Amino acid sequence: MIRFENVGLRYGMGPEILRDISFELPERSFQFLSGPSGAGKTSLLRLLFLSLKPTRGLISVFGKDRARITRRELPLLRRRIGVVFQDFRLLDHMTTFENVALPLRVRGREEASYRSDVNELLNWVGLGDRMHVLPPVLSGGEKQRAAIARALIEQPQILLADEPTGNVDPPLARRLLRLFIELNRLGTAVVIATHDVNLMEQVEARRMVLTEGRLDVYD
Amino acid sequence: MSMTETAPPPPAKAKARKGKAVEVPSAARAARSRKPMPIVPPQNVSGNALVLVIAIMTFLSCLTLGAVTLVRDTAATWQSEIAREATIQIKPAEDFDIEAALEQAADIARGFAGVRSASVVDDAATARLLEPWLGSGVDLSELPVPRLVTVTIDPASPPDFAVMRDAIAGSVPNAALDDHRTWVDRLVAMARTTVAIGVAVLALILSATVLTVVFATRGAMSGNGHVIEVLHFVGAEAGFIARQFRSHFLLTGMKGAVAGGALAALVFLVFSWWSGRNLATPEGDQAAALFGNFSIGLAGYAGVGIIVIAIAILTAVTTHATVVSYLADLDATPGDR
Repeated sequence: MIRFENVGLRYGMGPEILRDISFELPERSFQFLSGPSGAGKTSLLRLLFLSLKPTRGLISVFGKDRARITRRELPLLRRRIGVVFQDFRLLDHMTTFENVALPLRVRGREEASYRSDVNELLNWVGLGDRMHVLPPVLSGGEKQRAAIARALIEQPQILLADEPTGNVDPPLARRLLRLFIELNRLGTAVVIATHDVNLMEQVEARRMVLTEGRLDVYD
Repeated sequence: MSMTETAPPPPAKAKARKGKAVEVPSAARAARSRKPMPIVPPQNVSGNALVLVIAIMTFLSCLTLGAVTLVRDTAATWQSEIAREATIQIKPAEDFDIEAALEQAADIARGFAGVRSASVVDDAATARLLEPWLGSGVDLSELPVPRLVTVTIDPASPPDFAVMRDAIAGSVPNAALDDHRTWVDRLVAMARTTVAIGVAVLALILSATVLTVVFATRGAMSGNGHVIEVLHFVGAEAGFIARQFRSHFLLTGMKGAVAGGALAALVFLVFSWWSGRNLATPEGDQAAALFGNFSIGLAGYAGVGIIVIAIAILTAVTTHATVVSYLADLDATPGDR
């Protein structure tokens, strides 16, 4: 589904922060992306999410060469990739419901056509009674779940989560992990960027470890 | 892949969800009736400041435009009024029949093509002219007062003043023709300078307005960077994002520009009303002599309308450019930076 071959990335004239990265994310796969802070996890996620272009190497996304993807095609491909940001990035002036429904709204869909889907997804992530609340009122865990729901509403083929358990207590972290596993069971490939060793120990899954810009994959 | 804990409750994916009854909370039912929240956050402090800045700059621009229109129109009126008249002045002398000389000069003037009429300013009118200096009841025959003949000229085809001046001076002793040329020339020069200064001030004000609106819009937009980013990452097309912000800020710009333009138009209307009301009073006459009737005319109001529309469009265009450049930054290749 997504393939990297000898990918390198540098910002401006700085040093290469990702070097010779090669891996493949198959459909329906589940993997952790780990490594110390500053190892390049977020940059790798940005490459996966098509928000950066590599300075060298080949990236193929859903069978398309990244270098040949036009700016017009980007939004269509992004809709097939769900992202959960470390800082949630919810819009504070919109309710939980409206935040989760945003990806559908930007596609021009009417609220009546997606209301029940959004309601059900919010119930699934445990925010059924918080759907008409503004994000500043939500707790960290609730915000995280709202961000996950927003990433899932379009049923992406792959979900990228950047430190999804970084701001929550261990029980909630386990609950979120169960959510990701269930999602994966239903057919979505999942990449969780984390340096939470406890979280990774709970699941036997593929591990991609970044160290000083280089990637090692442990199947 | 396996997990040490119990499996979660079955999720509700869209395919599985179809046909399933979902309990909608009462709040959700209430929400059905209301309009969805706009994607661009409603007006905040910087948005309100933007409306105010746009209103003030539009007001100043419209005021300057109105003032320039007023000066230009008034200068044109002065010029045409003065060019419509010439004066023959005859000085008194010993044993000189001034009345006969006046009639003769008027006759000579009437003989020229381009002269509509020539009339002698009689004793009574001369006394009225001199009343502010000499008081009333003065016997002019006892004083060596110069007398005048007013010559009304067709401004479209004025007579040859040089020939007329020579003819009058040759036939009537002590007579001199004043075609007000010096006055007209000075007035034309003054009016042109005033209009040029006005246009320069207008250009400066408009440039300041453009820059202020551009920077104020960018300032108001900078608080919305996170919204652009979120929309971008949830797969919104650049056109969609730009459209949301453009229409929002077009409305903001329109609010400010209409308020400023309306206020300026109101100022002109009030002045026009005031000068109309004081038409016969000394203050009104003084103001009318300087500025005409304070009316900027249809062209002036059309100019105000054009400024209002241009400023609103400028706000929208700046917003569009800001969104596009923000999105370009988001999608930039790091090696390009």
